[in-house]
Amino acid sequence: MSKISDYIGRSATENVKDAIEKAKQLEDFHALLYLTENRAFERAAKVDSGEIGGRLAGVPFVVKDNFLAFDGPSTASSRMLENFVSPIQAASIEKLEAEGAICIGKANLDAFAHGGSTENSAFGATLNSVDKTRVAGGSSGGSAVVTALGIVPFALGSDTGGSIRQPASFNGVHGFKPTYGSITRFGVVAMASSTDTIGTFTTNSQDTELLMTILAGKDSTDMTTLDNFYETLNEEPRNLTIGLVKEFIGEGVDEAVRRSTLNYVEKLKSAGHTVEEVSLPIVKYTLAMYYIIVPAEVSSNLARYDGIRYGHKSDNAKNLAELYGMSRDEGFEVENKRRIMIGSYVLSSGFFDAYYNQAQKGRTLLINQFNDAFEKFDVLIGPVAPTPAFKLGENTEDPIKMYTADILTVPASLAGVPALSVPSVPSENGLPIGVQLIANRKNDALILSLAKSMENK
Amino acid sequence: MANISISDVHHLANLSNLILSDNEADMLRVDLDEIVNYIEELKELDTEGIEPTYQVTDLQNVWREDEIIDYKVSREQLLSLAPDSIDNSVKVPKVL
Repeated sequence: MSKISDYIGRSATENVKDAIEKAKQLEDFHALLYLTENRAFERAAKVDSGEIGGRLAGVPFVVKDNFLAFDGPSTASSRMLENFVSPIQAASIEKLEAEGAICIGKANLDAFAHGGSTENSAFGATLNSVDKTRVAGGSSGGSAVVTALGIVPFALGSDTGGSIRQPASFNGVHGFKPTYGSITRFGVVAMASSTDTIGTFTTNSQDTELLMTILAGKDSTDMTTLDNFYETLNEEPRNLTIGLVKEFIGEGVDEAVRRSTLNYVEKLKSAGHTVEEVSLPIVKYTLAMYYIIVPAEVSSNLARYDGIRYGHKSDNAKNLAELYGMSRDEGFEVENKRRIMIGSYVLSSGFFDAYYNQAQKGRTLLINQFNDAFEKFDVLIGPVAPTPAFKLGENTEDPIKMYTADILTVPASLAGVPALSVPSVPSENGLPIGVQLIANRKNDALILSLAKSMENK
Repeated sequence: MANISISDVHHLANLSNLILSDNEADMLRVDLDEIVNYIEELKELDTEGIEPTYQVTDLQNVWREDEIIDYKVSREQLLSLAPDSIDNSVKVPKVL
């Protein structure tokens, strides 16, 4: 693994060459769909000539392929967008480029970011960086694996219900989902607008802090962005009161995961922090809320794929209804269809109050319980996922089982609070396991600073 | 205990603008039925008197100046994205 400072002050062309060589050597993990070599070398030459500079001058990175980027297609790992070449770039990529960073490729994901293993990609699964018989996690599996393999020091992902944190946990890297509204989403393929959040994969918290200072802030092209509140803390946090979420280490959580979390808790105590158990009973219901709210938003956001303006068009359609219906049937993966149809179901007249509104009311209760917890605790802690990386194919036949991989990450998503996945002790057979640090809205800097202070402890 | 019948699947597919094969519809019926069974558990949650939360920023009505932003994208580029276009227009099948 590498960190951002390893690349600073070196030849940008050499950095890009090394990263691309490494990506090609490690092709069998199928973490990357495309390399953006042409543009990468062009930009590297400009960095080396001094034309482009900044805090990330010459640092290579990768983005999840649901970010629109120049030099190659932007597919969201779907057949729908297989040949879609975007005329614009995601605003977050533009921000990184303005600091001299160089995008070298596009990472694999579950099609349209629907999934928790990257097995729903239309172009094949990404393999876990530590054990090739296991999943990378998802949906940002490719971004996690390129970071874990040291191809690049950081990658961008999107997290709607855990899609950064869970693959970070499965691959032993840092995955950060900031406060909802921190980072512009302009130019990222929309999934569920009320929880979609852009975030980062890194190998250490200092790099996450640097990326947050660059990426966070108001953007006029994304009206949900907040005024910039992010400021890295200069001093190590001391004597924090930390709540261990009881429901996060209960039934259904693997013993190795529990051990890994409790190990981190002990380290926090040794560092002088107070850790006490806290109960958020509503957590039991959050996965059901999530699988109502998110499909509802998915069904709306994916209505735009009509086979007419862009994206896949069926060759077999004989009229307009068939053009819509067949293009969408051919362009979407089965998980996309499940979510769209569940969304149509919960939004149907007669069902709306029973499902969608009930879930949004539950969301209020969840936020209230988080608020109560943050009255007493500075930070909450728990595992990221109930298990380490599972076997490829293990959950593909059972959507509910696949959904439970998100059970510990969706609460922070529905509440819009920042959450970080940091590596803790691995399982006995060497599988990485992350621990999740959650803070109240806009307290992003606190969890990054805490995680930084705990590194090498 | 099935919530979702095969005719429900076709109705939902229709609402979702999806034309499914028979095989796919059968398979999705089983999956959707399981998912609906799972989300049913939310009905037991007491939400009497609770307001729903549709979004988590406190932002409301974010305004901006009514001015044109230049995204540096040409008409040709946009038309080239459409699977079918003719005479500077996106081509669609006959509607009426």
